[in-house]
Amino acid sequence: MNVQVETPEALDVDSEGGLRSGVIRLLGSWRLAGIAIPFLILFIVLSVWSGPFLSTTNLINILDQQCAFLAIAAAGTLVLVAGGLDLSVGAIYGLTAVVSGELAEHHSPFIAIGVALLVGLGVGLVNGMIVAFLKINPLIATLAMSFVIGGVALRVSNNNLIVLSQNSGFYKFANVQFWSIPSAVWIVFVFVVILALLLARTTFGRYVIASGGNAEAARLAGVRVNQIRIITYALSGLAAGLGGVIDTSRLLSAQATGGGPTLTFTVLAGIVVGGTSIAGGEGSVPRTTIGVLFIALIGNGFNLLNINTLYQQIVLGLILLAAVSIDVWARKRRR
Amino acid sequence: MSTGNIEEAPRSAATSSGGDLVATGVSKRYGGVPALSDVSLTITPGTVHALVGENGAGKSTLGKIISGVISPDEGTMTLGGEHLSFKSPREALAHGIVTIAQELAIVPGLSVAENVYLGVEASTVGFVRRRESRRRFRELAEAVGFDLSPDRRAGSLSIADQQKVEIMRALSRNTSIVVMDEPTAALSGNETAALHDIIRSLARDGKSVVLISHFLSEVLALADVITTLRDGHLIRTVDAKDANEESLIEGMLGRSLLTAFPEKATADEERAIVLEVEHLKAPGVNDCSFVLHESEILGIAGLVGAGRSELARAIFRDSKVSGGTVRLKGTDLAGHSPSRSIRRGLVFIPESRKEMGLLVGRSVKENISLSRLDLVSRFGWIAGIRERRKVTELMNAVTVKAASIRTPVSMLSGGNQQKLMFARSVMCSPSVLIADEPTRGVDVGSKRAIYDILTEMAASGMGVVVISSDLEEVLGLAHRVLVMRHGRIITELSGERMNEQAVLAAAFTESSSEGTDS
Repeated sequence: MNVQVETPEALDVDSEGGLRSGVIRLLGSWRLAGIAIPFLILFIVLSVWSGPFLSTTNLINILDQQCAFLAIAAAGTLVLVAGGLDLSVGAIYGLTAVVSGELAEHHSPFIAIGVALLVGLGVGLVNGMIVAFLKINPLIATLAMSFVIGGVALRVSNNNLIVLSQNSGFYKFANVQFWSIPSAVWIVFVFVVILALLLARTTFGRYVIASGGNAEAARLAGVRVNQIRIITYALSGLAAGLGGVIDTSRLLSAQATGGGPTLTFTVLAGIVVGGTSIAGGEGSVPRTTIGVLFIALIGNGFNLLNINTLYQQIVLGLILLAAVSIDVWARKRRR
Repeated sequence: MSTGNIEEAPRSAATSSGGDLVATGVSKRYGGVPALSDVSLTITPGTVHALVGENGAGKSTLGKIISGVISPDEGTMTLGGEHLSFKSPREALAHGIVTIAQELAIVPGLSVAENVYLGVEASTVGFVRRRESRRRFRELAEAVGFDLSPDRRAGSLSIADQQKVEIMRALSRNTSIVVMDEPTAALSGNETAALHDIIRSLARDGKSVVLISHFLSEVLALADVITTLRDGHLIRTVDAKDANEESLIEGMLGRSLLTAFPEKATADEERAIVLEVEHLKAPGVNDCSFVLHESEILGIAGLVGAGRSELARAIFRDSKVSGGTVRLKGTDLAGHSPSRSIRRGLVFIPESRKEMGLLVGRSVKENISLSRLDLVSRFGWIAGIRERRKVTELMNAVTVKAASIRTPVSMLSGGNQQKLMFARSVMCSPSVLIADEPTRGVDVGSKRAIYDILTEMAASGMGVVVISSDLEEVLGLAHRVLVMRHGRIITELSGERMNEQAVLAAAFTESSSEGTDS
């Protein structure tokens, strides 16, 4: 008998497969639509209902306030996609805020910013190594770390509110305006774009997705899963540090308890509302950005329309439930 | 609380409930591949009924159908004349049929007694009546002659004792039929002997035991009736008195050739050695040594659990290696990390592609290029066009059929998923490929295509190791065959001596571990 492959079929022939893959592509864009459409609807509704909403000042204000959230959520997306979870970002944010605040009082702004970012990066690295090498569940590991970090932050600030003066160079970091948009927004914009490209267009991003999608398969295919996961935690710590520094500079005050669980969970909510799966292996930084801004719009809208803030929480909770249900449904369809 | 105690037909001499379990024309297929075709058999109370056959012959499938874990596609089952159609193991349990599976189903955190009465606890408004449970446990333990403390944590017991817990659980529920799938595979000599006594006493008490076992000596010692299966077909059912090892092996062999194999390139002993394994020790691997030459296909045969996959993973440096060396083209593969092995030119295709090989939710493209993204990227930035071109080229080379390179892998057939694993390996251009069960769950057409790929890879100079439970496949592809048992390489066969009888004799016969018999 001769060696001949009996199926020399070309690629694009399977009509049924074509249909199914079309469905899948729709599902992918559908995930984007799932957050983009509600966002646009909310945006239009608010524009119509509330006069002050559509003003440039208000919109820039929202972005300015969301800087820390956007940066932390972008990095948190990578952590989640790689199959991890970082509940310590609120604490790292608080720690780096007081570290930069303390240093800015007596040192050059470069030292304040640089050291705070390094602290964030370092704590993130520790998080990653704990999860990767001690094999502790990331939820527990980062929760425990958040207590440790929170304690250190209190120690650093002696539990005081740090207040800075406006004429320090440190103030300029987040508040210089280009085209009437503050530098904080520009910095975070660049940071988020870099992370988005990192996840979607680089080999590192592929490894992140593979590590979260099927760690065993990724490892056997030659992906250094532990290393990849540690890097995502380090990026998450760095982002929390960036957020802490930006907000200290923006507000000229810092407090150890500034971020805390509220920040951690709001960020997580933004990521999940953006359609990134909590189970890992799937996610997108642009969608996370829309998710975070969506939650911000709800808050802003409730304020402008003078609705009691307690309803805001209820609405946020319901939206989160809806987002997770949609994710579960989407996963079932894929299998 | 038990339903379905059959009262109408206690014709048999046995004391416990039940009657003959009769399966008629039972068939089962998995995704188009028949696992069991038109099997009919009768299991009488008070007997040990053994099912024997090669890996994949359908023994476990039949066992699972009898115990209600899966339902047959065709055919009927009756117990004492009553028609059975189980939708769940729980229903089978209600009819007195219990399985003791290869993987034990005990709850490690609960006590022995709690495990035995799991789901049927003596209770008052939700509170477990501990004393009552303990008393019932003592009575039961005495009746079967087990010496187990009811309060021990089940997780702290030896495997044999855990099996006793399962057996007690089975007995505590008015069982008439016990299905045991490879019960002694994990047991030591003493424990095996103890279990054999239990099996005999079960039969003496009028219960039926369906025994699925790879160990022919065990089967011959215990069974009253032996049914031989081959490729999902029932070959014959005989009295154990009339059977011996040769007749059983002969029944398991001699099937028709379903797939043709590509022509073997002539084995050439002069070729350079690409892989050298010396005294390798790792979990499940005991002192294994062999060499692999360029352009050679080496088969590794043996029963499931013989340590074949463990050996592959140890060579690939995926498991903790406790001793020995692996040299790839002369360089020592020290340390352990699959990524380093791949970069040095050793690629491994694991046995279960869904769990260990693929990112099922991701695209064909991402799955193929995962191991060698460096070939289609610059400074970590993936060059989209280059990746698409490379992936399309590989897909054509190994004939992966997919709607597009963006199709998620979950949408592909098993055969195409497996070919995709080969596409990924080809992209690594390794010097050695280890393929574990390369055609498991794959249709006949894809099988042939995969054989061609393996042959071509070898022809291009690669050393290829094929681990397979399909004997025909190993013999059809390989130039040499190693047979493993209990983590050791028992014998190496080549040329004339490489035939099914020799492989099966080495894999099954327990006493042949020293001194290979031809």
